Amino acid sequence: MNPIYSRRRRKDFVIRGLCIAAAAFGVTWLALILVTLFYNGVAGLNVQIFTENTPPPGSTEGGLLNAIVGSLMMTVIGVGIGAPLGMFAGTYLAEYGRNDRLTSVIRFINDILLSAPSIIIGLFIYGAVVVPMRGFSAIAGCLALAVIVIPVVLRTTEDMLLLVPNALREAASALGLPRSLVIKRIAYRSARAGLITGVLLATARVAGETAPLLFTALSNQFFSLDMTKTMANLPVTINNFVQSPYAYWKQLAWSGALLITLTVLALNIGARILGAERTAK
Amino acid sequence: MSDLSVSMSASGGLPQTPVLPEAPPKVTVRNLNFYYGEHHALKNINLTLGTHRVTAFIGPSGCGKSTLLRIFNRMYDLYPGQRATGQLMLDQTNILDPRLDLNLLRARVGMVFQKPTPFPMTIYENIAFGIRLYEKISKSEMDDRVEKALRGGALWNEVKDKLNASGLSLSGGQQQRLCIARTVAVRPEVILFDEPCSALDPISTAKVEELIQELSENYTIAIVTHNMQQAARVSDKTAFMYLGELIEFDDTSRIFTSPTDRRTQDYITGRFG
Repeated sequence: MNPIYSRRRRKDFVIRGLCIAAAAFGVTWLALILVTLFYNGVAGLNVQIFTENTPPPGSTEGGLLNAIVGSLMMTVIGVGIGAPLGMFAGTYLAEYGRNDRLTSVIRFINDILLSAPSIIIGLFIYGAVVVPMRGFSAIAGCLALAVIVIPVVLRTTEDMLLLVPNALREAASALGLPRSLVIKRIAYRSARAGLITGVLLATARVAGETAPLLFTALSNQFFSLDMTKTMANLPVTINNFVQSPYAYWKQLAWSGALLITLTVLALNIGARILGAERTAK
Repeated sequence: MSDLSVSMSASGGLPQTPVLPEAPPKVTVRNLNFYYGEHHALKNINLTLGTHRVTAFIGPSGCGKSTLLRIFNRMYDLYPGQRATGQLMLDQTNILDPRLDLNLLRARVGMVFQKPTPFPMTIYENIAFGIRLYEKISKSEMDDRVEKALRGGALWNEVKDKLNASGLSLSGGQQQRLCIARTVAVRPEVILFDEPCSALDPISTAKVEELIQELSENYTIAIVTHNMQQAARVSDKTAFMYLGELIEFDDTSRIFTSPTDRRTQDYITGRFG
């Protein structure tokens, strides 16, 4: 065989082997984590988890109802506040401000915000909301989550709108559509799947956030829907229960972690399906 | 000159339509200049679009013919750094007036693009959408208008049973006729065609060309094309542009048989371009 070609073959063999090994190494840990989580989490899954509140110290009865409801409420409200803001801002960058110098500044700052550690955002809301309000509250938790949602949604909104061909905008303008309608009726509609995907991914991102809630909503042993008081939530409950000496609490923590993981998984799969729909068109 | 006309008729390019009498001007262009930032893209253009006539713009790539077309509906306004000077009248309306309501202008001057651009909605909605911008009419009236527009776009027979299918599900040629129907539906006065057939197969092209001729009974039409036979087939007047200048503007039959400028002759005989 040609020596140059056979050397290239050997090189390819080695590099390919390294790539496969690296991929396997990464996936193995992920698989181990998931297997452990399922193994430990499924053991504690029962109806009580969804019907009873978190138990007092020492008790071996109780569930995660207050934490599940709290997490749902704060996630929904946090995304409800953050997603529209992110979409409006992303719309500005992609549509109105496409040629502004301000746009590149905003994009740069947004990228920093996107990768900022969430504990910093928790501390920021602590200083901006919790301290002036003289206490931890669910509202503060929602705001912290909203601040995390904004840059994620802003980025996906901008990216998805930039994918809408300009020819479509021109065609709509040529019919006499004002700019606002071109965006609302044509650009949003073309990018719909991508925009929803962005919101789903942002929801998945905040569903498991612990640090920003630790400084804002804290946690609550009891069932509460009062937005101005502390509120139970899954991540912080897991955090607290894992550190406790009680076996039952540890079991609840495993089950709670499994619930979050399944939720995030479902959101990601939903986003994937929508994404596939988008490319199929 | 005689060998030129022979070569044109051999390629099937001789215009079949008789020369029509001069029509009253619908759009009048006087000393029009256009700039992309520093670049002087159109130089001192003077011409008129005759009412209910088809005017074709030909010339090599980059000669400014599409640029000129995009001034007629102020499309260039979507982008920064582009500006026009001179005078451009649509009847008594100054198109270049900075206070002009662009949406109302574009309702009077419709445009069909190179690539078909159906909106991401049903065939019915693609048409109804534009009408709703200007008129509030009942469902049955809207059904009539949509049918009329689709007939106007020579598409009705192909889509009447699937009006609720996505506009994107149609073939390229059908999509382009949908776009023409959509433009006609809002009842403009002028329709601009920017290389409407360059993405279409020959059969779809023939349909669109036929349609353009029919539309010229009720609309003033300007068409940019790279295809000289197309210009010869569909237009009454032809403008030859080169390097941002209007070289020659005359009856189509004359441009293709006895052009007065050497550059026009070289271009239409395929010596450059």
